[in-house]
Amino acid sequence: MRDAFARVLEEEMEQNKRIVLITGDLGFGVLRAIHRRFPDRLINAGIAEQGMVSMAAGLAATGRTVLVYSIGNFPTLRPLEQIRNDCVYHGADVKIVCVGGGFVYGSLGMSHHATEDMAIMRAIPEMICYTPGDPAETEAVTRDMLWRKGTCYLRLGRGGEPAVHAGPVRGWAFPKAITLRGGKDIAILSAGGILTQAVDAADRLAAKGISAQVVSFPCLKPLDTETVLELLRSFRIIMTVEEHTVIGGFGGAICEIAAETGSGCRVKRIGLEDCFTTVVGDRQYLREIYGMDGEAIAAKAEALLNE
Amino acid sequence: MNSYEALVHSGFDGKPDVRDPKTLAWLIRRNGLEMTHISRGSHIGSVLSVAEIIAVLYTSVLNVDPKNPKKPDRDRLILSKGHAGSAVYAALAETGFFPVEQLKTHYANGSILSGHVSHKGVPGVEVSTGALGHGLGIGVGMALGAKMDGATWRTYVVLGDGECDEGSVWESALQAAQYRLGRLIAVVDYNHMQSLTTVENTLRLEPFEQKWKDFGWNAESVDGHDTDALKAAFERAQANAGTGKPSVILAHTIKGKGVSFMENNILWHYRTPQGEEYDAALKELEAQRP
Repeated sequence: MRDAFARVLEEEMEQNKRIVLITGDLGFGVLRAIHRRFPDRLINAGIAEQGMVSMAAGLAATGRTVLVYSIGNFPTLRPLEQIRNDCVYHGADVKIVCVGGGFVYGSLGMSHHATEDMAIMRAIPEMICYTPGDPAETEAVTRDMLWRKGTCYLRLGRGGEPAVHAGPVRGWAFPKAITLRGGKDIAILSAGGILTQAVDAADRLAAKGISAQVVSFPCLKPLDTETVLELLRSFRIIMTVEEHTVIGGFGGAICEIAAETGSGCRVKRIGLEDCFTTVVGDRQYLREIYGMDGEAIAAKAEALLNE
Repeated sequence: MNSYEALVHSGFDGKPDVRDPKTLAWLIRRNGLEMTHISRGSHIGSVLSVAEIIAVLYTSVLNVDPKNPKKPDRDRLILSKGHAGSAVYAALAETGFFPVEQLKTHYANGSILSGHVSHKGVPGVEVSTGALGHGLGIGVGMALGAKMDGATWRTYVVLGDGECDEGSVWESALQAAQYRLGRLIAVVDYNHMQSLTTVENTLRLEPFEQKWKDFGWNAESVDGHDTDALKAAFERAQANAGTGKPSVILAHTIKGKGVSFMENNILWHYRTPQGEEYDAALKELEAQRP
């Protein structure tokens, strides 16, 4: 995802000379091409995220689109107040880019597990939150973001993720959800890089004769409520999956709509329960340990359908 | 006429000369007292300490135009110690950015003049602050943007001394020096007091001037109530642009300056002037009318 992001950004920086990228002393390999081509528009803020985000707001006030790039929780939790007050409140054209949403840096430990960012960023008024599910979705939302004014949050995985979409996502209309496959027994809704596991779960269910619809939400906020309402009307059970706490993030957003509309559809959230990660391991290992890999999602779906 | 404006301007022969820094500083104090009195608001001590700094900026330093507050080549001023917002509101109103009469709505229900300085709907305010440690970073971004554009306007940031407890101030100080932002000028309202007690008894800042120098800044200390000294310090800071170093002026001030029983009295960080205390403060200020 980060490579798709960097590729699109490089193209857009060529087109739009007012785009500036600030890095928090990270992204050596990813940003190398951009640094080579646009040395004057790549600024290293050092390991100083609060100053970095305030600076981004000030730069945006001089008529620029400013991207802030860092990993895990560093671009969100550390400078949270700077995002809220300096950027969003001022309508600053700042894009907060996180590489490593969820368990991407699984082996590095709890500090590097970004598992509350979606809930926290979503709670800030007027904040736009993108949660692409694979490189193709990343390309589509990055383009959208770079032409959309205002403060945005972009939650990426890392490099080398498998493509879920067979080809580019063409004509994506903000903030639409994308249905990857139709189904009739249960719907699995996904936000972010966990999309691969939603698809894997649907494959496993299909092998057992259970038809699962898979829908990706590359935009968490604003949420495509039209599609959500349609899903709530069409299904008896919906599952949400996110590599994130189940509190207040994607599943929470879907539950808010479900509860307020009194749809009668049951929503089961899959994600990290109210706990810190205390073991380390690679991304897939941690998904398994914390019950959000394809197998666990499929097992939960089957159990729900049999209740 | 019983208007707010008539009240704060009473005693002047016609309209006060707001181009004179001493007159504007007095008007900032007079309005600050009246605004905190009407609103039962806080932070009069900070308004009284920062009065000359703001007055000198608006009379002698800033290239701003009340008729065209968004002109592209204007200097930018950020009041990072947002709790002294009534000082900036008073300076803006008195110099014609919006009606003086509007100052009486400070803190009021439905008002746009929030206790901490706000840019929403207030001509002449660039940035909303209130949480400390944000203004210098925003100023770094603005100054960097100006530098990238080859523009000659300057960015001014007014900091509090207590605010310099915030680590973010020092992140921004490093960044400003690194990017060689010679057109960034900070001024610290160094009144030596913060919310609960003195700076010395909280987190000691001395040797403060040397700290800034060690961070790669031009730094000098002046009497922050001497308008001529402040003006000269700003001129030197402006002349420093070519050094590529940002500049900071440590303006030594007295919290509560101008009202004897408020001076150096921590009580007046939050206490609101009412009753006999308001009357006594007003009497003292009236005696200082320029």
